[in-house]
Amino acid sequence: MFLLLPFDSLVVNLLGISLTVLFTLLLVFIIVPAIFGVSFGIRRIYMKTLLKIFRWATLRIERGAKEKKHPLYKPYVNGIIAKEPTSLEEEIKEIRRSGSSKALDAPEFELSDIFYFCRKGIETIMDDEVTKRFSAEELESWNLLSRTNYNFQYISLRLTVLWGLGVLIRYCFLLPLRIALAFTGISLLVVGTTVVGYLPNGRWKEFLSKHVHLMCYRICVRALTAIITYHDRENRPRNGGICVANHTSPIDVIILASDGYYAMVGQIHGGLMGMIQRAVVKACPHVWFERSEVKDRHLVAKRLTEHVQDKSKLPILIFPEGTCINNTSVMMFKKGSFEIGATVYPVAIKYDPQFGDAFWNSSKYGMVTYLLRMMTSWAIVCSVWYLPPMSRQPEEDAVQFANRVKSAIARQGGLVDLLWDGGLKREKVKDTFKEEQQKLYSKTLVGNHENRSRS
Amino acid sequence: MGSRASTLLRDEEIEEIKKETGFSHSQITRLYSRFTSLDKGENGTLREDQVNFRGFMRTLAHFRPIEDNEKSKDQNGPEPLNSRSNKLHFAFRLYDLDKDDKISRDELLQVLRMMVGVNISDEQLGSIADRTIQEADQDGDSAISFTEFVKVLEKVDVEQKMSIRFLH
Repeated sequence: MFLLLPFDSLVVNLLGISLTVLFTLLLVFIIVPAIFGVSFGIRRIYMKTLLKIFRWATLRIERGAKEKKHPLYKPYVNGIIAKEPTSLEEEIKEIRRSGSSKALDAPEFELSDIFYFCRKGIETIMDDEVTKRFSAEELESWNLLSRTNYNFQYISLRLTVLWGLGVLIRYCFLLPLRIALAFTGISLLVVGTTVVGYLPNGRWKEFLSKHVHLMCYRICVRALTAIITYHDRENRPRNGGICVANHTSPIDVIILASDGYYAMVGQIHGGLMGMIQRAVVKACPHVWFERSEVKDRHLVAKRLTEHVQDKSKLPILIFPEGTCINNTSVMMFKKGSFEIGATVYPVAIKYDPQFGDAFWNSSKYGMVTYLLRMMTSWAIVCSVWYLPPMSRQPEEDAVQFANRVKSAIARQGGLVDLLWDGGLKREKVKDTFKEEQQKLYSKTLVGNHENRSRS
Repeated sequence: MGSRASTLLRDEEIEEIKKETGFSHSQITRLYSRFTSLDKGENGTLREDQVNFRGFMRTLAHFRPIEDNEKSKDQNGPEPLNSRSNKLHFAFRLYDLDKDDKISRDELLQVLRMMVGVNISDEQLGSIADRTIQEADQDGDSAISFTEFVKVLEKVDVEQKMSIRFLH
């Protein structure tokens, strides 16, 4: 203690000054605008500058690769093989026709039938519609993050310096800033909603609750440097309705909730998440389920129906896919939310992966790792489209209605519309699909029951 | 880590695979990326039968289309994996479950059963199998050898039906 050297106090002073500057910056440029819902436009300028830099970086890599005469790894968006859209029947008939001189179209087994199956099988092994939806989307140009670089060996010195600078900025400046903001946002949310929860029910409570929620979500949005463009805000969900959106990450909730006041639906978690959930439900009637209740579909449907029937209640926010998909496609919507009978307000969310990939690959990263990756990317850029409300028509059932909503969302977001279940991320395909194919093939062997005249 | 796939595969390996299978450099890196995304356990092999990447590529190589300029090439070297004969051999091995170079009635029945599920009765399936063997069998051993298999399929456009067209 008595060996305090003269420049120690200098260091302490410098630290103190920089911290003060940081906090003033935080307050003036970020938190205050968040409270009032205004924006200085700093994030958009940041975005434009980054785009210019990325373009330059990609050109350098391509030039470097050309100089070394090495082929570049380029991600192919449309798949690597050509697939013919013919049916099982047509193809088998064709194979038999080409090989056999017997009567055409007579149902009969040929040894060549197996060609169809093994070719289709290998085609799917090489490239299928579903597996690629559960890993991060590949980028056309490099965005100065080592996690998306496929051509590491072609970086020139200038580019490496730029990349190093990027690392410094992201980890030493942006990351602490963002963590401070996130901390502020979450603690304000917990404290604010608990305080509001003590007020008697009435207009004041609702008003305060709404604004506490909005303010804290806006701070969280800035904590991720999320640059969001909202379209068609006149279609925003109203009370008594259900808002459905495609699901890419837990951040979707923050993005939607910072522009509207929703009642959330979900399972109660433990830890930090659980604490937040228990706090917010004091101020606002969110619908939380215990772990055991989630399996009981009737109970879930009952509680949701009760909620929507009360017209004064807030719109419910639901993600019918049930799991995170990588934002290149929309997968099967579970029909539960479409059976309730309320008006559905579809929302399409499309992220721009150039600045930071928002997809949460839950089999690869835990929640904390995921959030850290988010906070060390450049930014999260996305577009949100509010689509006009839809209701179930008398002649459609819940599944058809769900598919109709899904197509509308896919069309608006520019995503591929798939019928496959997002649950395939973790489970195998149901046997019923295989049985269908077996039935189709059997028909080519013995014909339909009516015209079977030989043994 | 799938995005760093191409850097995990060394250039020498890519050259070896290129020579053995005939795939191009970009096709190999693309398929390696695919292999790693299928390899959930991340131990370099695909779960069920412990297939490693070389084995994977060798199997896929059977489905490369036969190009005209290849037919006139290298007559001294080993036959390319995607020749007509090798494609037929691949299909033959799908039927020949015990790998004794003969397709017996039982093996044919088993494969048929896999393809039709529960939709056809045992008797019907049995008669289909009998008829198929009868038509193909020439040396009277009630089984189909590879030569007999080739003879039955001599008119079939194997090159086209057992080929997958690559876009790049």
